[in-house]
Amino acid sequence: MNTPASFANWKIFWKRWGVLTVISVITLALIAYYYSKTPQITEAVLASTLRQSVPLVLGALCGLLGERAAVINIGIEGQMLLAAFLAFLVNVYTGNLLLGVLAGIAVGALLGLLLAFMSVTLKIDQIIGGTVINILAIGLTGYFYKVGLSAHGKLNPIPLGPLAKIPLIGPVFFNNPPITYATILLVFLVHYVLFYTPWGLRTRAVGEHPRAADTLGINVYLVRYVNVVVGGALAGLAGAYLSLEAVGSFERLMTNGRGFVALAVMIFGKWTPLGAWGAALLFGFATAMQTQLQFGGQLHIPHQFIGMLPYLLTIIVLAGFVGRARPPAADGIPYEKEG
Amino acid sequence: MSENQTFALEVRDIVKRFPGVLANDHVNFNLRKGEVHALLGENGAGKTTLMNIIYGLYHPDEGEIFVNGRKVTIDSPHDAIRLGIGMVHQHFMLVPVFTVAENLILGAEPTKGLSLDLKAARQAVVDLSQRYALEVEPDAIIEDLPVGVQQRVEILKALYREAKVLVLDEPTAVLTPQEVEELFVIMRQLTERGVSIIFITHKLKEVLTIADRITVMRRGRVVGTVRPQEVDEAKLAAMMVGREVVLQVEKSPAEPGEPVLQVRDLVVEDERHLIAVDHVNLEVRRGEVVGVAGVQGNGQTELAEALTGLRPIREGQMLLGGKAVPPRNPRYLIEHGMAHIPEDRQKHGLVLSYTIADNLVLCTYYKPPFARGLQRNQAAIVENAEKLVQQFDVRTPSIFTTAGSLSGGNQQKVIVAREFSRPVDLLIANQPTRGLDVGSIEYIHKRIVQMRDQGAGVLLISAELDEIMSLADRIAVMFRGKIVATVKAEEVNREQLGLLMAGSPASEVLGQPQPAA
Repeated sequence: MNTPASFANWKIFWKRWGVLTVISVITLALIAYYYSKTPQITEAVLASTLRQSVPLVLGALCGLLGERAAVINIGIEGQMLLAAFLAFLVNVYTGNLLLGVLAGIAVGALLGLLLAFMSVTLKIDQIIGGTVINILAIGLTGYFYKVGLSAHGKLNPIPLGPLAKIPLIGPVFFNNPPITYATILLVFLVHYVLFYTPWGLRTRAVGEHPRAADTLGINVYLVRYVNVVVGGALAGLAGAYLSLEAVGSFERLMTNGRGFVALAVMIFGKWTPLGAWGAALLFGFATAMQTQLQFGGQLHIPHQFIGMLPYLLTIIVLAGFVGRARPPAADGIPYEKEG
Repeated sequence: MSENQTFALEVRDIVKRFPGVLANDHVNFNLRKGEVHALLGENGAGKTTLMNIIYGLYHPDEGEIFVNGRKVTIDSPHDAIRLGIGMVHQHFMLVPVFTVAENLILGAEPTKGLSLDLKAARQAVVDLSQRYALEVEPDAIIEDLPVGVQQRVEILKALYREAKVLVLDEPTAVLTPQEVEELFVIMRQLTERGVSIIFITHKLKEVLTIADRITVMRRGRVVGTVRPQEVDEAKLAAMMVGREVVLQVEKSPAEPGEPVLQVRDLVVEDERHLIAVDHVNLEVRRGEVVGVAGVQGNGQTELAEALTGLRPIREGQMLLGGKAVPPRNPRYLIEHGMAHIPEDRQKHGLVLSYTIADNLVLCTYYKPPFARGLQRNQAAIVENAEKLVQQFDVRTPSIFTTAGSLSGGNQQKVIVAREFSRPVDLLIANQPTRGLDVGSIEYIHKRIVQMRDQGAGVLLISAELDEIMSLADRIAVMFRGKIVATVKAEEVNREQLGLLMAGSPASEVLGQPQPAA
């Protein structure tokens, strides 16, 4: 390659990845600096960041699978909540953690099916469809929850042999409970499916220009159903994470708005899995810092203000970045076949 | 059929009913191998319905379809594609954010293992574009491409699926004259390679240029099939509308009076804050039609929006009736005698979900007799609507029908009725006949000339050269935001205008230096 061409390539690279590169370098430098000063705290905060990001990134994957196929899902919160509850209940009555997780996934998928039925087949306004799911989940969990039930154990970290012994990286990445590992794999899997497989190409086409997809013999309704149901399963997994991996119990309204933050994460990540993961890590970091600051006790700020951190970040991100991101063109619009 | 010749495609006795309409009434149509068969008819004549049946988007109520002499049923586009039928829709079916290669393979993707094989997709674009001499760049993003190139991608999409029958639905509606010529060359190349083409249109000139046979439809029925040698434009038009149409607009020489619109050094920005209108000077006098010619996207849209108060003016001056107008104030303009036929009738001309009656008072609803204090005067609104619907010949079941359910021609008539029923000093008409059928075009042209003869000034912006040539008394040519020449209509011909629109210097084209405006 001659010089001007490689120079041009460099420019294109810089334009696309420049901001990301700068952020990464600064982040790594900061991590190295703090690790050299307070290794334990740095490790703890980073590990917590990763785990806090799990329900957000799973929720965001759920949201973006739907929206890439033009179905807006604001019922992620409800899907997570009901899944967390059922995962917990199944564990309580069977004593089996795996069955609990599977139950959570199934509930999420089932609620996805309900949303798909409402928004694809019945063509109900998708915001209303999602709200129905949220209210349903709050109502059902509130009604059936009994104080005093306790789970049989919770999903514990599995250190990955020698990898877990690497300083800093080991404790952060290779000493995690199963759903956290699964989430990291799922980010890359969804990214691969969405951008490197025929199914992904069709999904994106359905989200951008459903009529074009239809004229090429693609079943628009089927694509939407599958994506929303699979997305629901991921939200269900996030629910199971909350009750069986993060806490080991169920509490009323334990999702605490994570399903909505997940939507912010999805938008901040520009409807891409990798972007969403980056955004989720940022939010996870805010939550981890909040915990750290509250219990660290050096700062004399009322804890309510520190508790606002992740939500404040949501508002800033949505206000500052939404304008620049472009959602799928047909997002939220039910598809009517002709004739 | 005991003929030796089998048709590439044949339909027999196709019937398709929609609620209240017989869209196809025992239609018979056949396509020989390697021919261009034009399907001609006004909007709503049933052409597109027939093609959607052939492409599996609609199901016929009665009738049979034969492909290569074999009877087939086509239940979905999938079936049509399998039978070698490809369709280029009037509104392109391309995903704007995808590349050419991605659009080409969508729905029939080559794979390597589980993954998309984008390399094979690119190669397919290159191979096809070489074989059919259709040049496109495989990695270009669709939304960055000019319309003509997008259309080529649509054609390639059909060829990639090995289409032997290609349906082109109103392919020239969106093209510049030069692009139309290129398309015709492409169509000839395709037929030489054994592809048969159905060419749907309502443009008579084009049909006579390119078609081997012409089938004319009217009100869901086939009127007849003719060869271009046997007919001329007038005859075809008569077949289309069922009566003789005056294709040439009858108008007396203009008698221009005092200026009603004066524009001085107007500068307007587009959405991206780039200069779209670049120091334009323009004058429209009472009793004349000034046509603004130009290939779309050279600032005409922004000019019209600025003049009608919809877009801020960055620099320059605009005088209406000799008085400076306040910035961005459409209501002031409306109240001071400006009428506007907007470019996009569905977005800016009408509220589609409102009734015809309500749409007809959009500019005047707040004034008596349509308002009584804070209340609407329903009786006056209804009376007004009934009068205008009759006077402007809007074909509708009721004045309470929503504007969105009318055909394009009738929607435009509603706009014209609303705008012309006020006292008008200046009419700004932007693409007033785009996508309309011959009957409606003729009607709207007549009304515009009438407006002029009543002493209004008319600024006509149009991408149709024929429209500009037949209506305008003076013609201003716009190129890259500038008015590059202003000429009297009778002193210029089509070729010269075409060259000016393409950016050739006025001094070269017209032979002498032109005074600006």
